[in-house]
Amino acid sequence: MIAKFIYLEWKSFTRSASFAQNLALKILMGFLVLYFTVLFLALGVGTFYILEEMHLNPLATVNKFLIYYFGMDLIVRLLLQAIPVMNIRPLLIMPFKRETIVHFSLGKTALSFFNLVHAFFFLPFCAVLIYEGFDVLSVLLWLTALYSIVFINNFLNILLNNKDSLLGIFIVVTVVLAGCQYYKLFDITAYVYPFFEALFHTRWVFAIPVLVLAGLYYWTYNYLKGDLYLDAGLSVKNDIAKTENLTWLNQFGTLGTFLKNDIKLIKRNKRSKTTVGMSVMFLFYGLIFFNSHSNQPPVMQIFAGIFVSGGFLFTFGQFVPSWDSSYYQLMMTQNIPYRGYLNSKWWLIVIGTVISTILASFYLYFGWYVYLTIVAGAVYNIGVNSHLVLLGGAYTKTPIDLSMSKGAFGDKKSFNVNTMLLSLPKLLLPVFLYWLGSYIMSPKLGLAFVALAGVLGFMFRNTVFLLIEKIYKKEKYKTIEAYKQKS
Amino acid sequence: MIQVNNLSKEYNGTTVLNIESLEIPKGQSFGLVGNNGAGKTTFFSLLLDLIQPTTGSILNNEVQVNTSENWKPFTASFLDESFLIGYLTPEEYFYFIGDLRGQNKADVDVLLAQHEEFFNGEILKNKKYLRDLSKGNQKKVGIIATLIGNPEVIILDEPFANLDPTTVNRLKKIIKDLSENPNVTILVSSHDLQHTVDVCDRIVALNKGELVKDMPTTKETLQELELFFAV
Repeated sequence: MIAKFIYLEWKSFTRSASFAQNLALKILMGFLVLYFTVLFLALGVGTFYILEEMHLNPLATVNKFLIYYFGMDLIVRLLLQAIPVMNIRPLLIMPFKRETIVHFSLGKTALSFFNLVHAFFFLPFCAVLIYEGFDVLSVLLWLTALYSIVFINNFLNILLNNKDSLLGIFIVVTVVLAGCQYYKLFDITAYVYPFFEALFHTRWVFAIPVLVLAGLYYWTYNYLKGDLYLDAGLSVKNDIAKTENLTWLNQFGTLGTFLKNDIKLIKRNKRSKTTVGMSVMFLFYGLIFFNSHSNQPPVMQIFAGIFVSGGFLFTFGQFVPSWDSSYYQLMMTQNIPYRGYLNSKWWLIVIGTVISTILASFYLYFGWYVYLTIVAGAVYNIGVNSHLVLLGGAYTKTPIDLSMSKGAFGDKKSFNVNTMLLSLPKLLLPVFLYWLGSYIMSPKLGLAFVALAGVLGFMFRNTVFLLIEKIYKKEKYKTIEAYKQKS
Repeated sequence: MIQVNNLSKEYNGTTVLNIESLEIPKGQSFGLVGNNGAGKTTFFSLLLDLIQPTTGSILNNEVQVNTSENWKPFTASFLDESFLIGYLTPEEYFYFIGDLRGQNKADVDVLLAQHEEFFNGEILKNKKYLRDLSKGNQKKVGIIATLIGNPEVIILDEPFANLDPTTVNRLKKIIKDLSENPNVTILVSSHDLQHTVDVCDRIVALNKGELVKDMPTTKETLQELELFFAV
């Protein structure tokens, strides 16, 4: 019976969306996996010697910080590790015993990436310990205990799943503890350190986490078994909807109609929410460049200027019109001029850029010139880059599943030659203009050039829009066809 | 109202639709029946310019649909769930469509009030997004949304599928009422011969992309169709 399960798993693994890519990408992914594996192995082996170099007792130091290690692990799990409940649904009516289904599902989570990844650190570290002459049995018992804790986290995550408020509490507790330790107010490690030490030095202590794990497995098993119904543990959580009319947008006519929709799109879908969250990260990108310790060439400052205000443009704008992919057929049959549709997306990008620029005012701390760079970048983003992302959108034919939060970092499939070519002027042209100005006279002239390019782009907006509209119309059928194929 | 000339659609050399000529006069309620893969949805998609014809053309009120967009203001359609915006509540969706069709909130509210019975209390003010509604309820929303803004051409693909028996009867009544208006042309496709015969003035049967039957609805129509589709 288990063989049947494994057969299903293998199929779902090999046929998952991430595997259905072309060979080049698969090879690239393979290299990335290899790279990270080597990196982790090096870390595991290296930790011992690095700590020794720092005149610290390696084992004691690791034991000291394990509490944070496991705390972070639990937070990452709560944030990212999903429980595969949906896969269980079709099994319920098959001639499987409920016990078997639950054992299998739990066993499956045990094989998850989130558990295996720790082996990359612990195994080489333990190998080094044995190589350096530590007691073999102690090392093995210690390893068993630590891996039990990893699995305890795994099952805790299942029990705590769907309790979003807990995640916040965990993060706050961890940050507060770390802060207290940093400012030497209270040191949690002093209290838990003896326990982890005992795992190594006292033979029987390792039994504690192992027994806890066994107990927790039994608890989780019972919890899932009693919940194995479509309206209980296997139910899909629905949000409580609230009708919002956003009437203040009515004054903008058609533009308002679309803006209303876009605001709801961003607010009510996982994927768009993560994307907007990502765009906030761009705000801090400039800290790398404007920091006085940085040794980046000055011409790269404009690069940062573009990025700081362009977060929303690069993360959200890049996927217009894919955001509307699930109902693109509706849009194409309604009485909508392309112009109005594109215009509203353009305004959304402009609003996003302006808000980013205002939020970025904390860069004034680094001086007026730095902020001026960001403003010049914003003008360029509004005048030129906003048009370029809309143009690129005509060729981006990747449907977006709004309910998935994954893939916010960009879909690999959406990279094609056209969008690549279009991203060159997005970043390189302003760098060139800035360099030109600096070369002729001063960096200030460079900024003026960049801003001027933005203003020019803005002035030719109508012509550019006509062109974009034409391309969207030409690509219409291909786009509809592509959006019909669910990933 | 709708004129089809030499229309054909091929995919990789396989012809999936081939209609030499077909004319649907204004005010007719037109029923399209056929098995899976007969070309019903393909025909509607061509009519809505969602796919390109291999040969031929369709005129909708003298407007050639794949060269001009001027058919959009008077044409309303609901083919499947991809015509719904999942993250909106039903009310928001109706008002959105209303905005696009030049109807204000009050106009839409009047229309929704007329169809309260059809909704059966499961649609409005239910604190659910469209994506969380059942298939049948999603269909109800899509169908009523096509009525917003008094369109002259209404296209419904499989409107009876997934609906409960009471709602099917209510929908039949809605379609019949609409067909009494001489300005409204309705196109309905279905697998269900009985329902189609009940609401349409004219039935066309497609088989493997070819037009095989074209007849006005009379007492014998159902029998004839059942004979044709008999195994």
